[in-house]
Amino acid sequence: MNKFSDIKISSLPGPQDIHRKVLSNGIVILTRENFQSPSVVLSGLLGAGSLFDSKEKLGLAYFTSMALMRGTRSMDFQTLYNRLESAGASLGFAASVHNTNFGGKALSEDLPLLISTLADCLLHPVFPDVYITRLRAQIISGLTIRAQDTGEMAALTFDRILFGDHPYARPEDGFIETVQGITRDDLVGFHQSHYGPENLVIVVVGAVTPEEVFGLVEKELGGWKNPALASAPSLPQIPHLPNSVREHVEIAGKSQTNLVMGTLGPKRNAPEYLAATLGNNILGQFGMMGRIGDAVREKAGLAYYASTSLNSWIESGSWEVSAGVNPVNLEKAIQLIIQELHRFTSEPVSQNELEDGQDNFIGRLPLSLESNAGVANSILNLERFNLGLDYLQKYPERIMQITPEEILKTAQMHIDPGKLAIVSAGTESKVEDA
Amino acid sequence: MDQITEVMLENGMKVHLKEIHTAPIISHWVWYRVGSRYETPGKTGISHWVEHMQFKGTPLFPAGILDRAISRDGGVWNAFTYMDWTTFFETMPASKIDLALRLESDRMVNSRYDPEEVTSERTVVISEREGSENEPLFRLEEAVESAAFESHPYRNEVIGSLEDLHAIQRDDLYAHYRKYYNPSNAVLAIAGDFDTPTMLNRIREVYSKIPGSPVPPLAIPREAPLKAEKRIEVHGPGETTYLDVAYRAPAASDPAFFILSVLDSLLTGPSSLNMFGGGGISNKTSRLYRALVEKELAISVSGGLQATFDPYLYAISVTGRPDVDPDLVVSRIDEEIERLQNTLVPQEEIDRAVKQARALFAYGSENITNQGFWLGYTEMFDTYTWFSEYVTRLQAVTPEMVRHAAQTMLNRSARVVGIYLPEGSES
Repeated sequence: MNKFSDIKISSLPGPQDIHRKVLSNGIVILTRENFQSPSVVLSGLLGAGSLFDSKEKLGLAYFTSMALMRGTRSMDFQTLYNRLESAGASLGFAASVHNTNFGGKALSEDLPLLISTLADCLLHPVFPDVYITRLRAQIISGLTIRAQDTGEMAALTFDRILFGDHPYARPEDGFIETVQGITRDDLVGFHQSHYGPENLVIVVVGAVTPEEVFGLVEKELGGWKNPALASAPSLPQIPHLPNSVREHVEIAGKSQTNLVMGTLGPKRNAPEYLAATLGNNILGQFGMMGRIGDAVREKAGLAYYASTSLNSWIESGSWEVSAGVNPVNLEKAIQLIIQELHRFTSEPVSQNELEDGQDNFIGRLPLSLESNAGVANSILNLERFNLGLDYLQKYPERIMQITPEEILKTAQMHIDPGKLAIVSAGTESKVEDA
Repeated sequence: MDQITEVMLENGMKVHLKEIHTAPIISHWVWYRVGSRYETPGKTGISHWVEHMQFKGTPLFPAGILDRAISRDGGVWNAFTYMDWTTFFETMPASKIDLALRLESDRMVNSRYDPEEVTSERTVVISEREGSENEPLFRLEEAVESAAFESHPYRNEVIGSLEDLHAIQRDDLYAHYRKYYNPSNAVLAIAGDFDTPTMLNRIREVYSKIPGSPVPPLAIPREAPLKAEKRIEVHGPGETTYLDVAYRAPAASDPAFFILSVLDSLLTGPSSLNMFGGGGISNKTSRLYRALVEKELAISVSGGLQATFDPYLYAISVTGRPDVDPDLVVSRIDEEIERLQNTLVPQEEIDRAVKQARALFAYGSENITNQGFWLGYTEMFDTYTWFSEYVTRLQAVTPEMVRHAAQTMLNRSARVVGIYLPEGSES
């Protein structure tokens, strides 16, 4: 309980060293300098996510994000990548439900190259036909591989059951049938309607001063405008499951079955979010995967991994348990997990467990923030979820205020062990063949 | 830039220390010279299983206690088993690192190997293997390795065969542990926010009392070169074809390794050698990406060159397109290799590979865990200068050396071509 003495609050990223500037066209820039390594990390997002995709063209936002770097007005694909790769720099885009995210890194001497390439890809992609065809084949190949991946198929089916008609129910990269129907015109149209400066956030962390970062972004992106930018659609409500739903995805020839089960979780801005993450740590992460890891892996030896995760987004979230088990042990693992969920929702965690979790959350802060990429992601989340620049500095205090009762209340609010989505993917138990 | 302290304790344990004061963090690594290279027929997978058992507790630190103590202090810990080595690390807030010293020195000799824990861990390890078997690339790699070596233990996967995982007993595990886990077979590497003399004193207090019993070096007869191209096919579920073209590669300590690194960078793009953080660089301007992916003959291509004690493999891996014959892909790879065998590459291409390597090392240096990793890892196949001089040694590579390496190391009549052929989805 003496964590504060070990952590210098003032050394955590905060208002004193995170510099934030809003350009006149709405672009938000955040930066923190770190001259201890001669490199820089770039991270950011804009509001062009799969929530704009129709069901028929699901995967359009993702396809568009992947196509940005296939050629611009001033550079073809090979020229663009040659400049980056020759400098040992990297840049990439990928859409999620709410956003298109981007990230990159370079030696600090090459930050101008990185920012100008970012700007060129955001503003002037030309989506050459030949590359669209090639990229489509690559995406479809990825989806074909996904269809064989027991972990991914279980997770994807879980989301479909849990999130009803909401975009969270659908994979950002789409399905083979929907990606086949996406044309170059669709990409051009998506780019015109959904890429603009108003909801663009750029974070730069590394060996560079704030003035230099602000100047570079202003120069490359300060003049960007898009009057045609579409506003986000209103999204359907997410209903709670009336009872447990069990589904199995059969994939032939697999040794291991992947299990994903759980419920809806809090959204990121929910008041109970921190209590839920701390509870989640106790349930399925702390040490070797918390209570569930202990029951399923350590005690029963049923799985190589069995753990929980809490995923919290803008509108909702999921609270899920995943495990990889031999098919003959599947039902046993499910029962053990349900038992743990019963316990978690019927009695408060012990004082010891609470303190373990609190110490872990606070103690690991320096580690999670040691690299430029770790800092950049944290800063991006502060902006994305409106947490405030002093969030990390106030975090230890907030964690210490959480009580076992609060965790129990939060668990009961979100988890009903009788109303779970339970999905397995793999080859049905070999016993049946006999 | 790379000031490190090297000390040999009286019991034979080598110690490497590197002070880094960028963050209040210390990373503590113990490396043992044991892995699948040290395994005998019938006991494959035993080194990795021993690594698992090392988390099951000692009388002083029973299983749950360790985990809890490290997590409470905000640390992370883990372990890895590879062909040539097994390693255990803890990265902790600097003020808490003493726990790592106490626990690693304790479990170097006092692990319990409780028979019940052995039984429950057997299913955990088998489950880990089953998870890998779900991946076509694992199945292909396993088949390629066993085709590429007749007798060298590199022919076996680190996880071990299912038969051996069923057969290995508690006493086998314990004997393996007692033989290889001791100071004279270990390297201790610590990087981070500490004062070297103080840390060294503490290391002596904790580790010096453990007696060393040297393990005689294991001389494995060198395998004869492959005499022909071997082709193997693996059939399995799915709809995607994968291709592995594997050549024998030099040991990491061989100067030729650095030339092959450059060659690999030109063919398939720069590979990050950092195991912890830093990320990679894309390979879209590499020769094989342009020849295969840009020509719509493949979905992706990558190269795999690993730093090993004995000569291992260099593999070019391709994710195929359903409409393209894998043999066509192989012939295009051969054309690109022939180009390297017949024509001198421009010096700029080598310079570019060097800059990429320099950038990858800079990215990796942000992370103290990664720095601790390098400090010990290199001792498993060479010395720390392998790391500190890596970029310099790449700079010394000339176009003539690259051409010669392509001629001698990427020989089409001495390789394994492995193809994973999907049986089609049956739902």
